[in-house]
This record gives sequence, structure tokens and C-alpha cells, in this order.
Amino acid sequence: MNTATTVLESTQGTTISPRLAKNFRRNIKERLIEILLLLCALSAVFTTVAIVAILVYESFAFFEFVSIVDFLTDNQWTPLFEDAHYGIMPLVSGTLTISFVALAFAVPVGTIAAIYLSEFASHKTRETVKPILELLAGVPTIAFGYFALLLVTPLLQMVFPELPTFNMLGPGIVIGIMVVPYIASVSEDAMRAVPMSMREGSYAMGATRFQTAMRVVTPAAISGIIAAYILAISRAIGETMVVAIAAGQQPNLTFNPMDSAATITAYIVQVAMGDLPHGSIGYQSIFAAGLVLMLMTLFFNVLGHFTRKKFREAY
Amino acid sequence: MSNQKVASSLKDIDSVRTMIKRAKFNDHLFGTIGLLCITLILITLLILFVDLVVDGFPQLTNWDFYSNFPSRRAARAGLLSALVGSSLVMLVTFISAVPIGVGAAIYLEEYAPKNWFTEIIEVNVTNLAAVPSIIYGLLALGLFVYTFDFGNSILTAGLTLGLLILPIVIVATRESIRAIPVAIREAAYAVGATKGQVVGQHVVKYSAGGILTGVIIGMARAIGETAPVITIGALTFIAFLPEAPISTTPPFLNFEWLTSSFTVLPIQMFSWLSRPSSAFHVNAAAAGAIIILVTLLMNAVAIKMRYNIRKKIKWQ
Repeated sequence: MNTATTVLESTQGTTISPRLAKNFRRNIKERLIEILLLLCALSAVFTTVAIVAILVYESFAFFEFVSIVDFLTDNQWTPLFEDAHYGIMPLVSGTLTISFVALAFAVPVGTIAAIYLSEFASHKTRETVKPILELLAGVPTIAFGYFALLLVTPLLQMVFPELPTFNMLGPGIVIGIMVVPYIASVSEDAMRAVPMSMREGSYAMGATRFQTAMRVVTPAAISGIIAAYILAISRAIGETMVVAIAAGQQPNLTFNPMDSAATITAYIVQVAMGDLPHGSIGYQSIFAAGLVLMLMTLFFNVLGHFTRKKFREAY
Repeated sequence: MSNQKVASSLKDIDSVRTMIKRAKFNDHLFGTIGLLCITLILITLLILFVDLVVDGFPQLTNWDFYSNFPSRRAARAGLLSALVGSSLVMLVTFISAVPIGVGAAIYLEEYAPKNWFTEIIEVNVTNLAAVPSIIYGLLALGLFVYTFDFGNSILTAGLTLGLLILPIVIVATRESIRAIPVAIREAAYAVGATKGQVVGQHVVKYSAGGILTGVIIGMARAIGETAPVITIGALTFIAFLPEAPISTTPPFLNFEWLTSSFTVLPIQMFSWLSRPSSAFHVNAAAAGAIIILVTLLMNAVAIKMRYNIRKKIKWQ
């Protein structure tokens, strides 16, 4: 198009033909569309940059007031009290304990469900169950919070009478229920990606479905399955409402799931529900907590990403 | 000698038989356990929904519940301001997320050159999908509420949720654009269409169904999302309605509602749920039943649509 335009211009002198003018307008319009679409795509980059910038900027202000050593080693988190302590450990311990309980529930159930769907279920069953799993993944977390506080915890209290109303076990199990569909569908995808010929080879040797699933399909899909677990950890760490509702909101340095505790996310919610002035140390503390949360989830997301990439290269 | 051989081979066959029996037993055992796990998941979903409906039944069947403002007395408290707030916030979310999300997806699929710059954009989209929702709340608190000075308004909440569902819209749109065969584009180019025309008149048109499913799933997510909206400082006790967006007198449209403070359904539910009195828990259950019904319906429609599209459209 460009060379053609220059040729026409030189033969026709200074006057521009209507057709050329139309072409010119058309080219400008095309460029505008492309630039507009590029701006849309850049919004993703802007969002990431803005998230990092805001978290780091406000955390900087926080760390001018609190030393990083205190932040990492102090075993109390009481930024809103008269006697303020700023140790992130109690929030991290709560977050990790709840995630551990969630994974302890979700890993066996999710993996068994995935193996069943991939290797045992009939086509019809799979086509019915998978959409329902998707539905379960779409249920708002606040509804699970209600579930944890008013159904699961009372049920658990029948088994463990000494369990307090706010504890980490109930919300942990409920978050486990929440991430089961995720683990099941990602692992099932990984198992589906194992070539049929490997299964056929195993069946030809007289193996049962269970033996094929355990000794051929699962080992072949293992990095995909582990990636599913890692990404599920990341989700459990970032889960907010279930914990804010049912785990109590006292930061508590403990790894015992029978205790009540606060997580990073629950702390942010607790502060946001109150009325902290902009620029106060309490206000800045939620950004410092958010930065820690972001780094934790980022670590697991990157780890999961690379694990999954490895499995994609295998076949 | 030969007798011994026969005896040992018979023994072998017996051990093989028991082995096969055991393997078959394990097979059935696992099949049963797997079925139990699946049933457990499905029953959980059912229990969750039934539990909310049963607990909230007195309020769900009470018409005043839908037309009352929040109140200090549980029986007189209603959802009106939350219903209106949720609808208006969703309007802002829709208007902000859909054009940008679809535009970004079109750029990545149709225009983007294969280089490190495009790679960066793609990594960002993937990463944003995995960022916990409360982080979006912190972003909005620092950026929209204080830097842009939008305050804790409907505009802030709508934009925040818009950013949150952007990756969902982008991924769904890209998937449905990718399903359109190159031949369609080549045919359009062959009759002299420009790239913009190919995209606008063909690519977007044929992928509209897939885009719509992504938008519906994204909006369902946004309706139930609580944490980011709490973080930006949404109020829990709103006893007024924002200015109506449409009026009968000129200029017909007004935008004052954008700066109004607001509450949304999940926040109303959270505030009722955090009260110790169990009378308010009935309200929370009723609100939860409504939220879950809306999101399940939207997701069900989207999943069904996607299934139909996959089944119906065969390009060759």
C-alpha cells in the first residue's frame, strides 16, 4: 500500500485523488482502531503496575515507622491497640494453618474425584458432573462463610465439644470444599492429556482400571496434579470472607486448628470495616499485610505455573 | 518330579487367581470411593443452597423484606438499598469491563506481534487472574478512593469489580476468537475488507456467543464478590437510595448516582451475619439465598450457552 501511494502521488503532483483521500482516511482509522485496542490490552499491565506501586508505596510509609526486623520477628500483631506491636507472624501462622486444613481436606477428595472422573466415570457421568463442578466454583465465598459459621462449626462442635464458636478448623474445611472443584478439574485435565496409548498398553498387560490409574496415568500426569495443588494453596491463602466470618478476628500465633485466629485477609477486612483515617499507621498496616499476601500468592502462582509448564512439555 | 511341577504350577495359578481377585476388588473399591467423593461434592452444593433457603424462608416470603431499608430491628430490616446498590454497581462494572476486556482480547489475538512486549501483556493477564480479590480492594482504596478522590462511591466499587473480572472477560473472548477459522478472515480480506472491518464485521460477530458467556460468568463473580467492596469502605447501613440514573425531565440522564455511597447484597449479608443476634442470621440467610440463586442461574445459563455453542458451530 505504501509504495503504491508514493507512485500515485508523484505522477499526479500535488492534487490528491478522491480515492487516495479515502485510502488516507481509511489508514488513519485503521491505525486509531489498533491504538485503541492496544490501550485496552495495556490496561492489564497498568493494573499490575498500579497494584505493585500502591502496595509498595504505602508499605514504605509503614516501614519508616516499623522496622522490618520487628515486622518479621515480633510475635504479636496489635497495630490498633495502645501498646502496638507489628509482628506479621501471627497473621501468617493463621493463614498457613487454615490453608493446611483446607488442603488436607481438598487434596484427597479432589484427587480421588479427578481420577474417578478421568478413568472410571462413563462419558455421560463426566459430562454431567463437570458443569456442576463449575457451578460449585462459581458460588460466592460469602455464602460459604455462612455455611462455615452456622452449619459446619456447630456440626464439628458435636464431635469436639471444646471447639470454640470461632476456630480455624471449620473455615479450613469449608475452604477445602471450595477448592475441591478447582483441584478436581485441573487434575482431570492433566490426566486427560495423558495419551490413550499408554492406557491401552497397560490394559493389554492385564491391569485393572485402578492399577492403570495409579501406576500409569497418575505418574504421567503428576506435575499437572501437583500444579493444581499449588494453585489451590494460593487460592486458600487469598480467601477472605469465610475466614473473616468464621475464624474470629484475633491475631493468634498458633498452628492449632482448634484455636481462633486471624489471617492476613481477615485483618484487612477488620480494619476496612472500621473507620481508620487515611495515612494513619493502621491504614498503612493493611497495605504492608497486603504486600505479604501478594508475595505469598505470587510465590505459589509462579511455582504452579512452572510445574504446569513442565507437564505440558512432557507430551 | 513331574508331579511336583504340576503341583507348583497349580499353586501359581491359585496365587494368580487370588491376585486377580484382589485387583478386581481394589478396582471396585476405588470406583465406590470415587463415586462417594463426587456425590459428597454434589450434596455439599445442595446442602449449602437448601440450608440458606430453609434458614431464610421467613424473610424470603416476606415482601417487605425486598422493599425495606436496613433497620436496627431484624424483622423490619430489608434489602432495598442493597438490591439497588448491587444493580448500579453492576452497571458500572459492565460498562467498564466489557469494552476494555473485549478490546484487549481482540488486540492479543488479531493485532499483537509475537514479541517480548506481547509476552509481557499475556503474563500480566494470567497473573491478574490469580491475584486474590482483596488485593484489588487495596488497589482501589489507594488509587480510586484517595488518589483519584472518588470516595467510597458506586463508581469506585464498579471500577474495582470491573478490574477484577477483566481477566475473565479477556480469557473467554480470546478462546472464542481463536475458534474462528482463518478461512473466514481470508475470505473477508479477499473481497477487500480492511483489518478493522474483518475484526468488527466478522471476528467479533461470530465470537459474540463466547464473549457473552465470559461476560455472564464475570458478572456472576462480581455480584457475589465481597472482600474488595468492603476494603474500599462500603457502608453497611444505607437508608436512602441514590439519585435515579434516568429521569422523565430533560436532560433525562444524570450521573449523580455515581458518587453516591452505597451498599451491595454480599455486604448487607456480611453485616447481618456479623451480628450476634440470631434474628439477623435469618436475614443473612435470605440475602445469601438470593445471591446464590442469582449467581447459580447466571453460571448455569453461561455453561449451557457454551455447551450449545460448542455443539452447534461446526465451521467446516
